[in-house]
Amino acid sequence: MNILVCIKQVPAKDAPLAIAGNWIKESDIGFEMNEPDSYALEEALRLKEKHGGEVIVLSLGPERVKQTIKEALAKGADRGIHIADDNFAELDPLGAAKVLAAAIGKEKIDLVLTGLQSDDHGFGQTGVLLAALLNLPHATIIMQIDVQEGSSSGTTAPRLMKLKRELEAGWFQWIECPLPAVLSIQSGINKVRYATLKGIMAAKKKEIATVTREALGVSAESTQKIEKIYVPTKTKKTEFLTGPPKEVAAKLVEKLKFEARVI
Amino acid sequence: MKILVITEQRQGKWNNTSFETLVAAQQIAAAASGTVSTVVIGKGVAALADEVASKNVADVSIVEHDLLDSYTPDGYCTALKQVVESAKPDLVLFPHTYQVRDFAPKLAASLGKGMIGDCVGFRNEGGKLVFVRQMFQGKTAADVTFLGAGPWFASFQSGAFRADQLAAHSSKAPVNAVAVTLDAADIRTKPLEVFKEAKSAVDLTQAPLIVSIGRGIKAPENIAQAEALAKAMGAEIAASRPICDEGWLPMERQIGSSGQTVAPKLYLALGISGAIQHVVGMKGARTIVAVNKDQNAPIFEIADYGIVADIFEVMPALTEELQKAKG
Ligand SMILES: Cc1cc2nc3c(=O)[nH]c(=O)nc-3n(C[C@H](O)[C@H](O)[C@H](O)COP(=O)(O)OP(=O)(O)OC[C@H]3O[C@@H](n4cnc5c(N)ncnc54)[C@H](O)[C@@H]3O)c2cc1C
Ligand SMILES: Nc1ncnc2c1ncn2[C@@H]1O[C@H](COP(=O)(O)O)[C@@H](O)[C@H]1O
Repeated sequence: MNILVCIKQVPAKDAPLAIAGNWIKESDIGFEMNEPDSYALEEALRLKEKHGGEVIVLSLGPERVKQTIKEALAKGADRGIHIADDNFAELDPLGAAKVLAAAIGKEKIDLVLTGLQSDDHGFGQTGVLLAALLNLPHATIIMQIDVQEGSSSGTTAPRLMKLKRELEAGWFQWIECPLPAVLSIQSGINKVRYATLKGIMAAKKKEIATVTREALGVSAESTQKIEKIYVPTKTKKTEFLTGPPKEVAAKLVEKLKFEARVI
Repeated sequence: MKILVITEQRQGKWNNTSFETLVAAQQIAAAASGTVSTVVIGKGVAALADEVASKNVADVSIVEHDLLDSYTPDGYCTALKQVVESAKPDLVLFPHTYQVRDFAPKLAASLGKGMIGDCVGFRNEGGKLVFVRQMFQGKTAADVTFLGAGPWFASFQSGAFRADQLAAHSSKAPVNAVAVTLDAADIRTKPLEVFKEAKSAVDLTQAPLIVSIGRGIKAPENIAQAEALAKAMGAEIAASRPICDEGWLPMERQIGSSGQTVAPKLYLALGISGAIQHVVGMKGARTIVAVNKDQNAPIFEIADYGIVADIFEVMPALTEELQKAKG
């Protein structure tokens, strides 16, 4: 079973963000693997361990994203594809998905995994768009994947999955989905592994192919445009309490008792 | 401007975010001199269509088919593509539900169009519609506009508009059945049973006081400090999703769109950033207190009282003060 995982590199969780035009200032901040993507990668590695095949990771972005591809290779992915594009941040969801789909279309894949949502753009659309562009069935917000084995002789590749999909407010649903397919993975589906020293060494020999959007023949026409980004306007007037911990605690108890009257 | 709102129901019950989106549509229509048409899709949904017809809408379309009884992305896309092609709207709006995010981008793409998803507001700037959405996990907002010809597709986050502002109408809007062609072979996934994990032992919706922890708690062994604080206050303990994902607290204590929605008298958020999926589950709290070391954390946008500090300094101090206050 060949599995391709789309991995986006995003600003580190605690990175102080400074706005620059309609993106952020990229110098001075750290980047990391988008959180749901690390769960998607883990799921791919587990499926490979169970069913065999290859795990390919694909990332679209500037040179820096190679670091995240390397991290995935160190965890056990077999090879990486980097779509080099310094202006990836200006792509709209459909535009980015077209580039990713063009690269995926060149591979023989049984399953494409994406994270549910990216921490930077946060479109929450890419997986579904890939399914549309590749004409594959899909399911999103996936919390469990059971691949039903193929024929008893073991010669045919698996053709069907039973999936646990998250619904709102603590509800779930089982669904059946044929392979090949595209799945968007939700955080918490598994426990992600750490890269071992051995894995890091092994990764050095693994291949990262680089392609460009132009070489993939995808034009960059957009359906939408980010006009500007800015610090959101507050909807409530927050009263900030300051001072050393003991003093702040005393002030808060005072406020909650006599002003808000909630304790 | 012709606006088409795709409402959402499941097993004959509304997803109430549908009405919030209708309010958004009415406001856009008012700002951009438009009309609002509504679609109710499923099977056996005539009564629901009748209900929307009494709101201030131009007309209601019923899209019914045996193959639309249970939701599937293929079924909904195939049917709604036909609806959009024949209705020729300029703007198609959806509530940003888990179901919508599962199919709407594909519906738009099947028509060669894009979607601006998860919007929290809009503005009409000299005839140009600007949609506001969040980026960077709520740390920034973004103004986004459509390029090119319609139909344009957009979805609105739950809570972005207030359903109680829905304008009613004295006369009923016309309700039309729209026939769609669907084939069982179009539908590649098969929906099976809907279920809940082990029945929750705690009902946080009834808790008057909630102390909630986020990833700022760092490690499971630190949860005891938050629990001591909750105990001193007489509060229930709750958490953001990553804490439950890690298994540090059971999922039944998760607050947010995939967990519980609560409206306590007091919600004390400790080390929670305030991502929209968390906020939709707790912004109804009467008083919100946030403790976060990052003064720009989005949680402060909705907090009544804010403390920019390390929770590990505040938690023990607050526990002590609460015990003192009790005497
Ligand atoms: C479809 C979907 C559904 C989701 N459903 C939910 C849901 O139901 N509930 C939910 O909560 N999330 C949900 N999420 C996830 C959500 O988007 C966020 O990722 C999550 O809420 C972040 O949790 P957090 O605030 O605890 O962690 P983080 O975002 O990592 O924030 C941690 C915060 O702690 C602060 N901090 C760190 N250390 C300290 C310290 N020592 N003292 C003080 N402050 C500190 C940091 O400044 C930061 O603001 C969902 C996401 C998706 C895409
Ligand atoms: N530039 C990218 N490179 C690789 N994968 C991506 C990229 N953008 C989005 N994805 C994938 O699509 C998912 C959803 O992203 P988004 O639609 O931006 O919320 C991510 O979790 C990734 O798996």
